[in-house]
Amino acid sequence: MSDSKLLIVEDLHVTYNTPTGLVRAVSGVSFELGHEKLGIVGESGSGKSQTGRAILGLTATGGTVGARRLAFKGTNLLNASERTMRQVRGGGISMIMQDPKYSLNPVMTVGSQIEEALLIHNRTSKRVARERTYEMLRAVKIREPERVYKAYPHEVSGGMGQRIMIAMMMIPEPDIIIADEPTSALDVTVQLQVLAVLDDMINERGMGLIFISHDLNLIASFCDRILIMYDGRVVEECSAAELEQAQHPYTRGLVNCLPRLDGGQDELPVLKRDPSWLTTPGATR
Amino acid sequence: MIDIQGLDVVFGHGRKVFHAVRDVSLSVEKGQSFGLVGESGSGKTTVLRALAGILERVARVSGKMTVAEETLLRHRSQSFRRRVQMVFQDPFGSLHPRHTVDTILSEPARVHKLDGIEERVVHALEEVGLDASFRFRYPHQISGGQRQRVSVARALITGPEIILLDEPTSALDVSVQAEVLNLLMRLKREHGLTYILVSHNLAVVAHMCESLSVMQNGAVVETMSVQQLREHSSTMPYTQQLLTASLGYDRTAIDAFEEFA
Repeated sequence: MSDSKLLIVEDLHVTYNTPTGLVRAVSGVSFELGHEKLGIVGESGSGKSQTGRAILGLTATGGTVGARRLAFKGTNLLNASERTMRQVRGGGISMIMQDPKYSLNPVMTVGSQIEEALLIHNRTSKRVARERTYEMLRAVKIREPERVYKAYPHEVSGGMGQRIMIAMMMIPEPDIIIADEPTSALDVTVQLQVLAVLDDMINERGMGLIFISHDLNLIASFCDRILIMYDGRVVEECSAAELEQAQHPYTRGLVNCLPRLDGGQDELPVLKRDPSWLTTPGATR
Repeated sequence: MIDIQGLDVVFGHGRKVFHAVRDVSLSVEKGQSFGLVGESGSGKTTVLRALAGILERVARVSGKMTVAEETLLRHRSQSFRRRVQMVFQDPFGSLHPRHTVDTILSEPARVHKLDGIEERVVHALEEVGLDASFRFRYPHQISGGQRQRVSVARALITGPEIILLDEPTSALDVSVQAEVLNLLMRLKREHGLTYILVSHNLAVVAHMCESLSVMQNGAVVETMSVQQLREHSSTMPYTQQLLTASLGYDRTAIDAFEEFA
């Protein structure tokens, strides 16, 4: 395989066995990730988060993951041991979750949580770890790292909480970051400032990013390439700059139904769902 | 139709006092939609709740509020409660989980001692685009967009003149948001309703409203027409920054962002 590809996903399936029958959360998703910002966009229930979780082996109990190929830098993640997966999670691929309130440990100080992330993957002294943590907090544009180091998650704002998450995910120096709606709970200006921090770090370190979001405008302006998911499938893949010229009726529907600042007050075009979208193969397959 | 002068809302006592709304004034003509825009904690929802009269028990509210020539007292009149209705943000939290749609919709009609409750319920469902089969379902059996339609139907039951909309679509997918916004626009046209719309989404406000106020830290920063918003002719740096931010990710613009406190 070429070394420019960090992650290869081929024909990924995630199914859940529920009392009401088999639910196909992801059916046949394929993509490759290089050193780039890849956006996955879709509405609720489209399988975008399930795709991100399946890559890290974090599918909830009751779910089955299958794929023709799921490889991270040559490591097959499908039949990897739990021991290998623990190395990959955090060290190779790490994940930024939506809500810092629920994803940070409420009874540990911010500093010790970030240090823990580093110490699990690297053998360093406590003193070095502490220095690196300060450095990382400064890198995510936190002004008083000494104060924040000693703070508990409930003592910081949402925007700062998400910066702390980014610091924690970045410190073991992973190759890929999966960000699942990382800024949806934040105000617009704070959201953009947090994304700028993430963007700069990814560019400096040459990482790959999978950015999962429902926000079409945000993905189009932030990412390089976009996958549009509908009902567990990728219906279209396009470069972010070409979203306005997207071909698939679902993508077009999504783009058109957004109210626009410079638009009028006419009736918004409503998305008409076509059952054939569920059966015709998507653009990437 | 709606006139608010010098509204102040203060929560808490002594050292824990929090001044949530400071000297807010606004007025809305009949048949117009007015937007309240701001980031979280700016006080936009508190203004709406103060107008609805649901803050009296938890906060000190002062200022003069008039709705259709009626000066609002601490205890709102029965007719005010019939004429002014509210739709909340979260369609999961605002419908009683163990009441059927029918019970949810007939309760306001019973409270206001209206006649022909059954016809009203069926008619309200029809108006929001749900067929009669939804009448005996529970909230967990219907989708988020359908729940928000039920919330709108509940607001319509009493035949209101004013509907207060608190982030009515921010919990919905964009395709569902378009349907609900279209519904709200149609109902406004057909019933001559007056709306106050609270939202953090400038595009939604530009789509729905004629004019808006931008709020920050409890105070109104700027009041302008949507036309002025579209032409970016705002004079206040805070509004300009919100506008820039709502256009999407732009690495260079972000460096110029200021803290407004």
